[in-house]
Amino acid sequence: MAALTGLERVSAPAPAARTRPRVWRGVVFLLSAVYFLIPLGASLWYTIYTPGSGVSLAAYGELLTAEGFLQSLALSLGLAVATIVMVLLLALPAMLAVRLFAPRLRVVMEVLCTLPLVVPPITFVAGIGTSLRTGTEVLAPTPFWGTIIAVQNPAFPVVLVLAYVVLVLPFVYRSLDSGLRTMDVRTLVEAARNLGASWPYLLFRVIVPNLRSALASASFLTLALVLGEYTVASLLGYQPFAVWIVTVSGSKGQLSVAVSILSLVLIWLLLLAVSTVFGRQRFGKEKGK
Amino acid sequence: MNRAGSRGWLGALPLLAFFALVFGVPAVALVAGAFTADGRPSLSNMSQSLQGGYLTAMISSVQLSGVVALVGAVLGTFLAYAIVTSRFALLREAVLTASGVLANFGGVPLAFFWIATLGNSGVISGLMGLPSGSLYTFWGLVVVYLYFAVPLMVLAMAPALDGLRPQWREAAANNGATTWHYWRFVALPVLAPAMLGGVVLLFGSAFSAYATANAMVGSVVPLVTLKIAAALTGDVLIGYENIALALSLDMIVVAGLVMAIYLPLQKRSSRWLH
Repeated sequence: MAALTGLERVSAPAPAARTRPRVWRGVVFLLSAVYFLIPLGASLWYTIYTPGSGVSLAAYGELLTAEGFLQSLALSLGLAVATIVMVLLLALPAMLAVRLFAPRLRVVMEVLCTLPLVVPPITFVAGIGTSLRTGTEVLAPTPFWGTIIAVQNPAFPVVLVLAYVVLVLPFVYRSLDSGLRTMDVRTLVEAARNLGASWPYLLFRVIVPNLRSALASASFLTLALVLGEYTVASLLGYQPFAVWIVTVSGSKGQLSVAVSILSLVLIWLLLLAVSTVFGRQRFGKEKGK
Repeated sequence: MNRAGSRGWLGALPLLAFFALVFGVPAVALVAGAFTADGRPSLSNMSQSLQGGYLTAMISSVQLSGVVALVGAVLGTFLAYAIVTSRFALLREAVLTASGVLANFGGVPLAFFWIATLGNSGVISGLMGLPSGSLYTFWGLVVVYLYFAVPLMVLAMAPALDGLRPQWREAAANNGATTWHYWRFVALPVLAPAMLGGVVLLFGSAFSAYATANAMVGSVVPLVTLKIAAALTGDVLIGYENIALALSLDMIVVAGLVMAIYLPLQKRSSRWLH
């Protein structure tokens, strides 16, 4: 998953003084268009055209009835929802507390929330796999043994949720941090506390409504990452969506490419949702100035 | 003050505890496993992970990531400059949005896109008469990885290029600078942190990519991520798990060194964006 989402604002350039046509710019755009659009078109053609039987949309129709499609998609969506809930419940109180009461912890938070970017996911899986195996052996005589087995339940592998929370933490941190920057947290909290609001009331009725767009963009990014995640899930032996595509690709080439196209569309929709949410936030901010 | 401090800890505690458990425990297990062989402390895994086939895989991973990072950085910068200076607002928006989508489009679907295009029964490889298997090579992987690397570089460079003030160019021209002088002494020094940061970002994402390579080349091109996966899933002899851990540690060291360059630079370059 990339660290950038395209939301970084690039303003319009000052009107150019030159009117001389720039040939090199056209060449750059043309070459880029060729490189980026051809695989797109070719993949689309690959899914709808079969030599001998002509053009048909069968690959897309077959998707719904394909064995394992709905189960794996449901598993991925379930994992995504659990990850979103968990990462927000962990990160938001921590970030608020650090902001309000312990500014010195801020550096620690920043380091923690950058570490998952440095560590390649595959090495993280290697560590998790080893811990789970050792844990199962060491904890066997204790009551925790049941827990570590339950965490690995293939019907809903909680261990994947835990791993995904770590993997998305940098993106969620960044998103929430920029959201918190736009509001005066301290004043809001002091005002609410003076008026007698309890901490949970304060969190859900004062902070969360102000952070809606940051929370939404964090959730969308998490959803995109979890739906496309392959490395951790496949090496721990589970079969969510991305792993299912690879499994099915051996026998049904067209189907797997069709799913790939759909996943590109999905990423585009999710980013569109994020940027609309972000755009509204920016607009509101500028209006307020 | 003391009470406030303790409340700060209270709010941050769940996250810190979670991190210690889910990130800390695997990290300790990884390091411990990497330095253990046959149940006792040893350096044999580490030394084995830097020999023979494993060393080849590591070198080939670093080469692949290096080529992708450099080529992606150059092409991405040109494209970003073309976008930033373009007069067509619609084109600019479209390319930036597309970059956002493609930079996040990796993993398995990326591999299938290219297999459908240039694979052995691909649409374009048929038209071009490419020899069978030419996608499943080192340079084939480079072409595929650039599909997310170039857009990533565009996203990294566009804000920095946008920060180049036209006044700087005019000031340089008034002082008698040629275009070459302007780029060499004004623009490039300003852009250097962002560019280097972009190169590191590209290197890191190519280096840690596993899903795409696995779906595409299997084990035709030796890569360190593929070796780790093979050792973990027991495709090879049992007892190679600790080799996987040692290889992982090697990877983390390389990625850590690279990130150590990136993080301070990112802070420095962000100064120019505002």
